[in-house]
Formats: sequence, C-alpha cells, structure tokens
Amino acid sequence: MSTPFDEEAFRTEPEARALVSRIHELLREELRGEPVSLMEVCGTHTVAISRAGIRSLMPDGLKLLSGPGCPVCVTPLSEIDRAIGASTLPDVILTTFGDMMRVPGSQSTLEKERAEGADVRILYSPLQAIEIAEESPESQIVFVGVGFETTSPTIAATVVEAARRGIGNLSVFPFFKTVPRALDMLARVPGRPLDGYICPGHVSAIIGSGAYEPIAREHNMPCVVTGFEPLDILAGIVMLLEQAASVRAGGNAKVETQYSRAVTREGNLAAQAVIADVFQECDAEWREIGTIPMSGHEFSERYRAFDARDRIDVDVPAPAGPSGCICGEIMLGQKLPTDCPLFATRCTPREAVGPCMVSTEGACAAFYKYDRETTEVP
Amino acid sequence: MCLAVPGRIIEIDGQNAKVDFGGVTREANLMLMEDAAVGEYVLIHAGFAIQRLNAEEAEETLRLYGELARALEKDDERKK
Ligand code: SF4
Repeated sequence: MSTPFDEEAFRTEPEARALVSRIHELLREELRGEPVSLMEVCGTHTVAISRAGIRSLMPDGLKLLSGPGCPVCVTPLSEIDRAIGASTLPDVILTTFGDMMRVPGSQSTLEKERAEGADVRILYSPLQAIEIAEESPESQIVFVGVGFETTSPTIAATVVEAARRGIGNLSVFPFFKTVPRALDMLARVPGRPLDGYICPGHVSAIIGSGAYEPIAREHNMPCVVTGFEPLDILAGIVMLLEQAASVRAGGNAKVETQYSRAVTREGNLAAQAVIADVFQECDAEWREIGTIPMSGHEFSERYRAFDARDRIDVDVPAPAGPSGCICGEIMLGQKLPTDCPLFATRCTPREAVGPCMVSTEGACAAFYKYDRETTEVP
Repeated sequence: MCLAVPGRIIEIDGQNAKVDFGGVTREANLMLMEDAAVGEYVLIHAGFAIQRLNAEEAEETLRLYGELARALEKDDERKK
C-alpha cells in the first residue's frame, strides 16, 4: 500500500526537473545571476544533498554550504576524551549511538578501547540503557548524550523513566547542543555573506518553526524548514531563493515551512515539556567554533543525579587535536571541504584527520563519498 | 544523526506501540507523543515516536510540485 509519506513519492523525476528549472530561472532572472549562498545546519541534510547529487544540478553562483549540523563533529575533543576515559574504567558499561565509535579522541577511540576489552555497547534507543542497568546492577551504565533537539528529548524521556523505576546505576554525559542559538551566532560571523538557512526538519518537528522567527527578524535572514527527500530539498531551495530575491529588493525575511507534513509552528509540546523538566540551558563549546552562550543542555536540579560528569571520575588528557584541519572554517560556512589541502589526500574516511571526515554526516565525508567527481579537487 | 523514519502505529499498549514500516514491525515508545492513536503516521527516532505526520499536508505538497511539473512540460512543448 502506498502512502503519502513514501520516500518514492518525494523522489519523482518530472517534479525534480521542474524544481531545478525554477531554481535556475530564479537565479538568472530575479537574482540577476548574482551569487547566493545557502546553508544547511543538519548532518542528515548534508548527506541527503550529496547523495541526491543536488550540488551538481545547481546553477553557477549558487553555493550550498554545510554548517555545524553534525552533532558528532561539534562535540569538543575534551568531551570525547572524557567518554573514552570512562569506557576504560572497570565497573563502567559505556553505551552510545554508533556514530561516536570511530571519532578520534586525543589518544584513542571508543572502537579501539572496545577492541582492547572495554565494555562499550552501541544502542539503537537510549531506552536500552535502562534494560542494561537492570540486568547489571553491579555496573555503572554511562550513556554518551550527544545530539540536537531531535535526540535530546529521547534521552530526557529515558532519564524520566529511569527515575520512575528507581534506577541508581545509570548516568548520562550531557553533551547536547541546541540549533537556533548556533544559527543566531552564524548569522553574525563577519565576512561571510549568507542568504538563507535550510533549517533542519526533524529538530524543527520538536522545537517548531516558530523557534527561528527571532533569527529571521533580527538578521533579516530567510529561513525555510525543509524535509529530507530530493523534492523537499529542491523546493526548500526554491523558497529560499524567492525570499532572497525579495530581501535584496528591500523586503523582510520570514520563516516558511516546506516540510509541513511533519513540522508545525509550535512543534511537539509534549517533547518540549520533557526537555524543560529534565534539562536546563547552559553555555556550550562547539568543536572548532568556540563557546556559544546558552546553546547546550545540562541536567536540571531535579535530575542532577544523572549527570555522569559528577559520578564518573576520569583523568582527561590535555586535548591534542588534529593539525591542518579546517573543519571549523567549513562549519562556519567560510570554506568547502575541497578547499582543505588534506582533503582526499592525507584525509580520507579510512584515515580521517578531522571530525568532519570521521562522521558519515560530516561535510568532508559526504563530499568524499558523493561529490568528488562533480567538484574540483585540488 | 537526526534521521527519523515514518511509520504507522498498528497497536498501542500503554507507553509502547507497534509501528509498521512498510511491512517491517518495530516497537516504539510513545512518551513524547500526546494522544497517539492506532492508524496514525508518526516519525520514529531512536526508538521514540517524535511527531505525528499530516497526510493532507503531504498530499498538498505533492500536488503543488505536480502542478509545477505539468506547467514546465507544457512550456517545453510550446517551445518545440
Ligand atoms: S578534509 Fe579532513 S582535515 Fe580537511 S577539513 Fe575535512 S576533516 Fe579536516
């Protein structure tokens, strides 16, 4: 039975062709061929854009930049080192989503520690950590809490459930980040003209499109909440170009939602309530970018006992990051992966130098896998 | 990391639901969903239903792009 949510429904060719042709027409006519830069801030968009080959279909003059949308890539080295350190403790079972396994810390990775005997388990859902805690009452179960607002409510709900069951041997590293503050900060970066944000679809399913209204207003920055299928992304670009043309003609930017089948202005209020109960906002460090005020989540007073930072005592080495990596500039929208001299030479997915190549959702990994033939490699 | 997959709720038992993904059934937790109902389409992420999907909106979106495609085809024919 086919449904209106089938992936295939949003991949049809005549529609894609029509949208691409509209993009070319907008850039040529309404924008008079002047350069336009749009930025997505979601690793799932990064991969979807590259996989569908959308970059190669864009007219000259339209740049699609990848912002800091890969949660693994923006997790600071010191936090990765802390998770790796915790995994080596004898009474700890470290639990994580799979994306974290190969991310290099200063000296090791979770994958290496597991090969050397550490108990590191990859979870599909954070709820599995509760089962492990109940099965292994003698162990400390630690979950590496990495993610944006799509993921953080699932971990918050897990903590609520663990508290309800009176589980005392489960804790979480709160390395969470929030998207709108990062978009606000990026809009202030000097020397990088940006004409619009392709706003993340699933983060917005939780926080609602209304969360971007201050950004559109204060920076006169077009924002379009976009889905993940090829037609979604192409249509999102059309909407952004229409807005960019109107802004250049003196109009006001606004927030629009292309992904209306999943995103409302208010978002998911139940999920927001769980987040507000379990977490509170805090300053957060974004790897290679720096501290962004109030762009993170840590535990609220009520759930402070679940903070792994207070429970698990690890010595963290002085962070030693990769040299020559320009991930920071890429995530700020100042450069593309192909601008990095190490790209596809010393840095490849097999032998990754920086976080943007390790994570499958990093801009460098997506470029390496899908865009190499269509973009110039130095 | 923010990947979420659409599925249809086929059974609800308290906080837990069985969700059908085009023939494959998996469990999902409903703690983050208010008043979920059997038959509804939801997005699943990390074992949780995180938002309901709106079929009317999906059809409207597709109708719009379909119109654009037909307009382009007519345009192309005229140019021939
Ligand atoms: S190609 Fe490698 S070294 Fe260069 S920016 Fe990307 S991750 Fe860093």
